[in-house]
Amino acid sequence: MSLTRQDVEKIAHLARLSITEHEMPVYVTSLSSIVNLVDQLSSVETGAVEPMAHPLDGQHQRLRPDVVSEADHRERYQTNAPIVQAGLYVVPRVIE
Amino acid sequence: MLHNLTLGELAGQLSAGRISSVEVTRHFLARIERLNPGLNAVITVTAAAALESAAAADRRRAAGESGSLLGIPLIHKDIFCTEGVRTSCGSRMLDNFIAPYDAAVVERLKAAGAVMLGKANMDEFAMGSSNETSFYGPVKNPWDPTKVPGGSSGGSAAAMAASLASFTTGTDTGGSIRQPAALTGVTGLKPTYGRISRYGMIAYASSLDQAGIFARSAADAAVVLELIAGFDARDSTSVDVPVPDYAALLAPPVAGLPLAGVKIGLLREFFDGLESRNAALIEDALRVFTSLGASTVEVSMPHLPLSVPAYYVVAAAEASSNLSRFDGVRFGYRCEQPKDLTDLYERSRGEGFGTEVKRRIMTGTYVLSAGYFDAYYLKAQRVRRLITDDFRAAFAEVDLVIGPTTPTPAFALGGTVDDPVTMYLNDIYTVSANLAGLPGMSLPCGFIDGLPVGVQLLGPHFSEGKLLATAHRYQQATDWHTHVPRGYE
Repeated sequence: MSLTRQDVEKIAHLARLSITEHEMPVYVTSLSSIVNLVDQLSSVETGAVEPMAHPLDGQHQRLRPDVVSEADHRERYQTNAPIVQAGLYVVPRVIE
Repeated sequence: MLHNLTLGELAGQLSAGRISSVEVTRHFLARIERLNPGLNAVITVTAAAALESAAAADRRRAAGESGSLLGIPLIHKDIFCTEGVRTSCGSRMLDNFIAPYDAAVVERLKAAGAVMLGKANMDEFAMGSSNETSFYGPVKNPWDPTKVPGGSSGGSAAAMAASLASFTTGTDTGGSIRQPAALTGVTGLKPTYGRISRYGMIAYASSLDQAGIFARSAADAAVVLELIAGFDARDSTSVDVPVPDYAALLAPPVAGLPLAGVKIGLLREFFDGLESRNAALIEDALRVFTSLGASTVEVSMPHLPLSVPAYYVVAAAEASSNLSRFDGVRFGYRCEQPKDLTDLYERSRGEGFGTEVKRRIMTGTYVLSAGYFDAYYLKAQRVRRLITDDFRAAFAEVDLVIGPTTPTPAFALGGTVDDPVTMYLNDIYTVSANLAGLPGMSLPCGFIDGLPVGVQLLGPHFSEGKLLATAHRYQQATDWHTHVPRGYE
């Protein structure tokens, strides 16, 4: 199966990725060849086989006591932020 | 020379007071300065901090402490968060990211007194098999600078092969330790899924990722594994299984041949179509195992040929989800002059991620999208179970399975980077272990045209002790792991 330019544009938007004009043909070709590769999966009958999400059977998410276990590191973590004002992350205006 | 000593020998010299950790650290830093420009294996050198931790290790030894890694230098793959030190994951996205805390692996090795010399280059976000997707440029293979070192832990592997540290760390999501270990002629260990905490290890594909080790030998890998394995409540996939004394398991049995009673399965599908010189080296290795007392039997795993497509669906799906955290808001790269929030997200991600990372995010987005989820994602998870069941059936018959690590020795830089499917097929022998969560090792087993070749051993969950012991006995009977590339003696 081949993907079209429109398919790739839609996927890129779903993934919130800007793709340049220069990159677009590369992705149309290479994503199509990847889809062809993964289409090999349909060559095997899987019927009632249970999908496997995790390699260790019987492992479950652990619960912990509902107590505060983390100290407040906001200032330290925000040193990596592109723009911070008054302890808040700044983004372009969302509501006009 | 200091940089050729095993971990045991180096710890012995340190504890006997014949040399200090500061001297050892200076020696390795000088090697990095002299040799790394030709390799690009190390992208951050933390010389001042290294000398400080070496001095601290010397004080601990002077105060009577001992420890198998106390004062011993290492290099971490740049996927492990290191407090106060840039942690880039090989990406422009994190080029400016100073980790605010240490990963569990970093923390444990720090506590053991090991000395971090710096951070190793890698494929961007661990996505690649050649180390050519790094924002910081490709790593050269110490055996031949026109060849790739493998990936994604290519910097860690090349640094180990060039003896820029006594050992290095890596991660293995689809072969990213075993494949570069094979291509650079070093010993690589990928433990069982959940064996080592992934806290602070930047996520690629969470149902596959596992931390591991590059070392000069299986015996050295055992020493490091013992210190970094074990339960950690901060990683929800960490498994609470006791950590054995791996080094003690290396000792041969008191009577009989070293591998008496060990049953090794030959994975028939791994030999189908394998290039004859490569196959001959694996057969040589097998003869060594049998001469040491192991018995071999052929095993078949009919679903193995589907492991590459299953892997690239599962890994890409998980990557698309994990990498959604990079949004240009809280950390990492942000585009200039975003016109609105969507533009901020799309351009920060579009400009911050490289070609291969975007390709995998889009592959993952596609297989998870409405209308394709069942046909691709759930289908891949079903095939994943069939592959895992194949292994389970094999391990009912044999203790370990064996095969090549890679289809070819190191390939040319720049040869396949624009052809993703050909590149993905390099992972044909390694991805199945990740799908099933199995531990695996790659051991040097010979050379083709001067380039190293690896033999791969895989075992059932938590069989690291048996893998390491089998590998160690092989290395006691052979000397492939002691070969050093010319110019790096």
